[in-house]
Amino acid sequence: MLDVTDLSVSYGTIRAVRGISFTVGKGELVSLLGANGAGKSSTIKCIAGALKAAGGSIALEGKDITAANPEQVIRAGLATVPETRDVFPDLTVAENLMLGAYIHRRDQAGNRQNLEKLHTLFPRLAERSGQAAGTLSGGEQQMLVIARALMARPSVLLLDEPSLGLAPAIVERIFEMIATLKQSGLTILLVEQNVNQALSVADRAYVMRLGAIVASGTADEIRSGSDLSAHYLGG
Amino acid sequence: MAFAIQFVIDVLSLGGAYALMALGLVIIYGILRLVNFAYGELIMVAGYTMYLSSGSGLPWLVMATLAVGMAVLFGILTDYAAFRPVRAKSVTAVLITSFAFSNLLQNAALLFISPRPRNVPLPEIFSQTISIGGAITPVRNLITIAASIVLLAGVAFLMRKTTLGIAMRAAATNFTMARMLGVPANLIISSAFALSGFLAGVVGILWIGRIGTVVPGVGLEPLLVAFIATVIGGMRSLPGAVVGGFLLALIDTTLNYTLSQDLLKFRDAFTFSLVILILLWRPQGLIKGPASGQRT
Repeated sequence: MLDVTDLSVSYGTIRAVRGISFTVGKGELVSLLGANGAGKSSTIKCIAGALKAAGGSIALEGKDITAANPEQVIRAGLATVPETRDVFPDLTVAENLMLGAYIHRRDQAGNRQNLEKLHTLFPRLAERSGQAAGTLSGGEQQMLVIARALMARPSVLLLDEPSLGLAPAIVERIFEMIATLKQSGLTILLVEQNVNQALSVADRAYVMRLGAIVASGTADEIRSGSDLSAHYLGG
Repeated sequence: MAFAIQFVIDVLSLGGAYALMALGLVIIYGILRLVNFAYGELIMVAGYTMYLSSGSGLPWLVMATLAVGMAVLFGILTDYAAFRPVRAKSVTAVLITSFAFSNLLQNAALLFISPRPRNVPLPEIFSQTISIGGAITPVRNLITIAASIVLLAGVAFLMRKTTLGIAMRAAATNFTMARMLGVPANLIISSAFALSGFLAGVVGILWIGRIGTVVPGVGLEPLLVAFIATVIGGMRSLPGAVVGGFLLALIDTTLNYTLSQDLLKFRDAFTFSLVILILLWRPQGLIKGPASGQRT
């Protein structure tokens, strides 16, 4: 579904990502793990089209999207939820969701149907529909950003650190919701620092360190792998 | 009573024009974080279009529509000529290119038309006066008020109720995120320039209608006024631009009424002193714009 081959990302002379390769199969939930500065977010930004690749290729359903800009990537069917939790604070919750469906703006009936589905998944957003998004709590904003990405009806969803800065109870809820999304057949690439939570929902995982992939395998293999904590502790 | 009516009409008509000018500038600034210094020339373009079409025998409204259309066209052209090629590179570059484009248009008018004022065709109604409750006022002041109400309502509707407008507001807070949702960057920017050109065109006709002539430098004062109004109101907020425009008009009109003949020629000095006081009190402007957002 999503094939990343030998991808490199540079900031000036600094290479943040050094030729990494990984795949996400249809309906799979794959997690990209690693400590701060491992190059996870750069990888995500590059796939989303917000950063240019210095080398390598990215393919979505066999179609090359390496050089695509952000608006082309979403049209190709890949939606991104950035770690910065970018709601449009001055727009209402409803307007945020409406913009999520920008690429389907000619299909209002389909959007309404999709919105209803999302409102049952996130009842909180239905209640706060007319409120400015900036007034929501952190957890609600995270849900809004995920729901907004789903309004685009993507075939692949990129989630960058959905648990960042949220209270444990809310993190729990977010991960329950990610599991629900996976059950519905959505293909998900989940970037996380929260290893245990990520592995509890992931089928497979890759571990990044200093811009390279240093381990990969099924969630169980990674969990039992003795070297994982070493990568986090920098050993 | 007559005095009060006169004062209110003066403030509202001047304020309406100022508010429209400021809105045209802030729409671009909100999205690109860049001041379009060639904005005043869009008003000039509208004026010269009126002048050049004056011999054509077309009905006045057709000429006015043509003038607004040319301002829109030149607005979009500003984007292609001055902004798009250097947008990703540096703020300084765009600052210079937009100044250069402004200069280019002014000098083209100097060279190909004339440095001297040229008459702009105006319908009779622009020079008529009307008496309301004892106050005598030019009809064009009332036209300006009506036009500003219609346009401000129109812009508010566009920005709040249409997908394009909501996408423009979103792009003004976080351009990259808007693009990640599939909102095409170039469409948004071109729409902003077109809307800015539209406002400049309409305000140009109303503004030039006060003097009846157009000169190459006609856009300088509106640009300055728009710039000051947006600074007072808050550079990033559309309602702020409108509030700033009306407040500036209130200051100007009050000074016009109260200053003695000798002091009147220093009116701008008084105005700017008040502007400085307002900025000392609220350096962000009266209305703060969207919270986040870096330049794109």
